Amino acid sequence: MSALRRALARVHSFFHKPPLDADLEAEIATHLEMAIEENLQRGLTYTEARRQAMIRFGGLDMAKYQQREARGLMNLDILLQDFRYTLRSLGRDRGFTLVAILILALGIGANVAVFSVVNTLLLRPLPFRNADRLMWIAPPPTKCGQSCATYSTDAYDEFRTYSRTFQDVTGYFAFSGPGNLSLNRGGAPIPATSIDVIANFFQLLGVEPAMGRAFRPEDALNGAAPVILITDAWWKTQFNADPSIVGKAFDMNGTQTTVIGVLPKTFDFGAVFSPGAKIDAITPLNLYGPPRNWGNIITMIGRAKPGVTLAQAQGDAEAAEPHMCWNNNQPKTCGDYARHNGEGGVVPVPLKDYVSGKLRRSLVVLWSAVGTILLIACVNLSNLLLARAASRSKEFAMRGALGASRFRIVRQLLTESLILSISGAALGLAFAWLLLSWFAHQGAIALPLLSTLRIDGAALAWTLLIAVSAAVLFGLMPGLRMAGGSLYESLKDSGQGSGQSRKHDRIRSILVVSEVALACVLLVGAGLLLRSFLRVLSVDLGFQPEHAAAVKVDYDDTVPGDKDGSLTAQKRGVIFQEVIARVSAIPGVEAAGITDYLPLGQNRAWGTPWPLGIKRPDKTPGSPLVYVVSPGYLRAMGTRIRGRDFTWDDGPKSQNVVMIDKSFADYLAKFAHWPNNDPIGQLLDTSKDGGRIVGVVDDVHEESTEGDTGWQIYYPDTQASPSAAELVLRTTLPPATLAGSVLRTLRDINPKQTVAEFKPIQTLVNHANSSRQFFMLLVASFAALGILLAALGIYGVISYSVNQRTKEIGVRMALGATRSQVQISVLAKTFRLAAIGIAAGAIASLIVSRAIAALLFNTAPSDPYAFGAMVVLIGIVALLAGYLPARRASNVNPMVALRNN
Amino acid sequence: MGETKAELKLDLLQGTLDLMVLQTLATIGTQHGYGIARRIEQVSGDTVLLNQGTIYASLVRLQQRGWIDAAWGTSDNNRKAKFYSITESGRKQLAKDAQYWQRLSDVMGRVLSMPAEGRPG
Repeated sequence: MSALRRALARVHSFFHKPPLDADLEAEIATHLEMAIEENLQRGLTYTEARRQAMIRFGGLDMAKYQQREARGLMNLDILLQDFRYTLRSLGRDRGFTLVAILILALGIGANVAVFSVVNTLLLRPLPFRNADRLMWIAPPPTKCGQSCATYSTDAYDEFRTYSRTFQDVTGYFAFSGPGNLSLNRGGAPIPATSIDVIANFFQLLGVEPAMGRAFRPEDALNGAAPVILITDAWWKTQFNADPSIVGKAFDMNGTQTTVIGVLPKTFDFGAVFSPGAKIDAITPLNLYGPPRNWGNIITMIGRAKPGVTLAQAQGDAEAAEPHMCWNNNQPKTCGDYARHNGEGGVVPVPLKDYVSGKLRRSLVVLWSAVGTILLIACVNLSNLLLARAASRSKEFAMRGALGASRFRIVRQLLTESLILSISGAALGLAFAWLLLSWFAHQGAIALPLLSTLRIDGAALAWTLLIAVSAAVLFGLMPGLRMAGGSLYESLKDSGQGSGQSRKHDRIRSILVVSEVALACVLLVGAGLLLRSFLRVLSVDLGFQPEHAAAVKVDYDDTVPGDKDGSLTAQKRGVIFQEVIARVSAIPGVEAAGITDYLPLGQNRAWGTPWPLGIKRPDKTPGSPLVYVVSPGYLRAMGTRIRGRDFTWDDGPKSQNVVMIDKSFADYLAKFAHWPNNDPIGQLLDTSKDGGRIVGVVDDVHEESTEGDTGWQIYYPDTQASPSAAELVLRTTLPPATLAGSVLRTLRDINPKQTVAEFKPIQTLVNHANSSRQFFMLLVASFAALGILLAALGIYGVISYSVNQRTKEIGVRMALGATRSQVQISVLAKTFRLAAIGIAAGAIASLIVSRAIAALLFNTAPSDPYAFGAMVVLIGIVALLAGYLPARRASNVNPMVALRNN
Repeated sequence: MGETKAELKLDLLQGTLDLMVLQTLATIGTQHGYGIARRIEQVSGDTVLLNQGTIYASLVRLQQRGWIDAAWGTSDNNRKAKFYSITESGRKQLAKDAQYWQRLSDVMGRVLSMPAEGRPG
C-alpha cells in the first residue's frame, strides 16, 4: 500500500520538479539560518558560526541530490539529461549524424524488409482458420506433372469417407487455364480466370465471404443454377465495387451465372496455391457431372482433426491407398494410387510446407545476407564513433575529472548510439515499407503469399530488437574505450601522432578489414547466384522464347448429334486452319500454330503409350505430358522436328499420328528394338489401330527451366480433343506490336472472341525464372550495399589517418618527399587493409559458398569467376576509396601543416 | 584526526535514520527538519554520524509513504519553516519497526555475548 503510494508520489515529483526544488531550497535555507543562529548564541563569530553550520549539514549539493533521488525518478532524469545532451551534440555534428542515420537506415531497412518476407512466407501461418491443421495431400512430384499430383473424383470420395484422421477433405480442379472464363456484358467479351472448387472448400479453409454466402452442396449438383463467387479485386475492377452485386446474374461462358458472394480481401487463391497467377472468381465443381470421367483432376486439401499428428495423418492416408480406385467401374484400377518404389501414394504434408517449404533455403540465405549487411553497418558505425570519440576524448576526460563515473559516461555514449539507431530504424522502416509495397505489387514474381506482404507487429518488434542490438553492438566498444582510457593520457594527448591515437588507428584498421571481409562474402554469394541465374537463362529450353507470343483463341466446335466426335474434330480443324491462315497473312508473322497447353504452365498426362505389340513392364517411370497441337505449332515455337510435322490431312478418319520427344523415344527404343532404334514410322498403342510416330522432336522444358525435361507426346487437334486453344505466332517484329492486328483478326473470325491477353512467350520463361531472379537481385543489391559501406569504411579510416598525420606528411615533404611518394604511401596502406580483408573474405566465402551450394545451378561453389570478380571489384573500390585521401595528402602544404600544429 | 572522530561515531545502517525520525516525531510532536536533526544528535549523545542534510531525503521518503505529514508554518523566532508530524499509519509503522529492531538487537546481543566453547574453563 505505502509502496504504491510512494511510487505514485515519485511519478508526481518527476513532473513537478521546479516547485519541489524551490521548496527544498527554502527548507535548507531555514535549516542553515537556525543552525547559524544557535552557533552565534554559543558565542561564535558569524564566519565561524556559518562554517560550523555548513560542516554539520554536510555537502549541500549531496543533500539535495539525495533528496531528489529519494523523491523522484532519478534514472529517468538522467536519461532525459543524456537525451538532451546527445541531441545537442549530434546537432552540432550534422554530417556525422546524417551519415550514421543513413547507414543504419539502409542496414535496418533491408533487415526489416527481408524479415517481413521471411515472416510472411515461413513464420506466419497461412491466412486460414487454424491453418496448422491444413494438409496438402498429393504424391511426391514425378515425371508426369499435374496428372500424377491429382486424384480422380472416385478416389477423392473414397479417401474422404475412408480416412479417420481428417475432419474433412476438399479440393479443386487443377487444370483450369488462365482466361477460362469469358464475361459478356455487351461489347467484346472480357477474359477472366476462375477455379472450380469442391463445395466444402471455403468451409474447410475457414474463409467467410465478405458479402453473400459461400457454396452449398446443392450448388454443385447436376442441374443446379450456375453460381459464382468473385474475388475482392475483380469485384472492384470489373464491377466497380457494386454493393448490391450479390444476387445479380451475368453472362459467363454463355450461361447466366449468379454472383452469390464476394470473397474477403485477404483471400487470394493464386498467392497460396498458384503463385504469380491472378484468379478472378471461384466456381463450384460438380463432382457428379462430366468431371466424373475426366481421370485425375482433383488436388486434395484436408483438415486434420485436432490433436492429430502428421505421422498419424500419413499413416491413415497410406492405409486408405488400397481402397482408392481411379475409376470405380474399372476394378483393376483399384489400388492404382498405392505407393510403389517411393513413387505415387497419398501423402499429406502440412499445407504451409507445400506452399513455401521449397523457399526455406533461399530465405535463410537472404536472411543471412541481410544480417551481414547489418553487421557491416554496425562495424562502420563503430568506426565512425571511434573517430568521433577520439576527437571527443578530452571532453570525456574533463567530465571524468569533474566527477562523472565511468558508468555514467558509458551510459551517455550508449544513449547516443540508441538515439542514432532508433532514428535509423525509423527511417529504415520507411525504406522497408516502400520496398515491401513494391514487392507486394510484383504479381509477375512466382513467389507464394507475396501479395500479403506487410509490416506487422512482429516486424515492428523485430525492428526494435535489431535497432537496440545494433546500438549496443556499435556503441559499446567505442563507449568502453572512451570511458576506459586514462584521464591523464587523454588530457595530455594532443590527439595527433601520439600513442592513444595509434591504438585507435589499429582498432579501426581491424574493423575495416572485417568490414571488407564481410563484403567479400556477400559479393561472392551474389556472384555465384548471378552466375547460376545466367546459366539458367542459357539453358536450351527446347523452344525459342524470343520473338514469339501466344494468345488464347475462343472457338465453338460443337456439332449437335456428333456420335464419335469426328464431326467436331472436323469442324475444329476447319476453324483452326482458317485462324492460322488468316493470322499468318498478317505482315510480320513468320509462323503460327495452335496448342492447348503452353510450356512452363499447365500440363497433364494420359498414361504411358507403348509400342504396339511389345510387352509393357509392370511400372513405368512417369508418363509423357500430353499436348494437342495443330500443324505448324512446333515451328512457331521454334522446336525442331525430325521426321514430319502434322498436316491438315491427318484428319479424324485417317491414320492416327503422334509425335514424341527424343528422351521418350530413347526410353521406348530400349524395349521396342526398332530397326536402327528409329521410332519414326512405328506404331504406339494410343488408339485402336495404333498411332504412327511421324516425328521426333526436341526435349522441351515443360515444367521448369531448371529441372529435367521430362517426356512429351503430341497429338493433332483433328484426332484428339484439346482442352483450349493457344495461338502461338513467331514474328520478326517485337511481339507486342502485333497484338492489335491479331486480336482484330480473331474477332473478325469469331465475334465472341474475348479481349485476351497477348503474352510474349518470353514472359512465360521470365515468370518461371522470377523467383530465382528475385533472390539473385536482392542478394546482389545487398552485396552492392555491402561494398558501398566497406568503401565508406576504408575512406573513413584512411582519411582520418591522413588528417592525423598531416604534420608528419608535412615534415616528410619538407625533407624532400615528392607528391607521388606521399600518394603511394597512403595508397599502400589502403591496399594493405584491402588485401588482408580480401584474403580473410575469400577464406570465409569458400566456407559460406559450400552452404549455399544447393541454391546454385550448374555453378561450382568455388567458381573462379565469382571469386575473381570479387577480388577485382573490391580491389578497385578500395583503391578508389583510398585515392581521395591520398590526393589530399599529396596536396599538403608543408609550411601550412607545420605552422598549424 | 578526522579518522579517529569517525571511528567513535556510529555509521547509520540502511533504514535506521527513517526509524529515528519517526521515533523523534512521535515523542516531541510537530517539528521542523533542523529540530529533528538536532534532537537525534542530542539523544544519541553525538555518537551518531549524521550529516544533517541527509535528513531531508529521509523526510521526503516518509512523507511519500504517508507516515508523516508536512506543512509550512512559523517557528518560535518567526522564521518560515516546514513542520513535520507523524500520522496514524506512521505510528503503526513505528511500532512495527521498533519491535523489529528490539528483537534484532536482542538476538545480536545474545549472539555476540556467546561464551567460547570447547575450551577448558
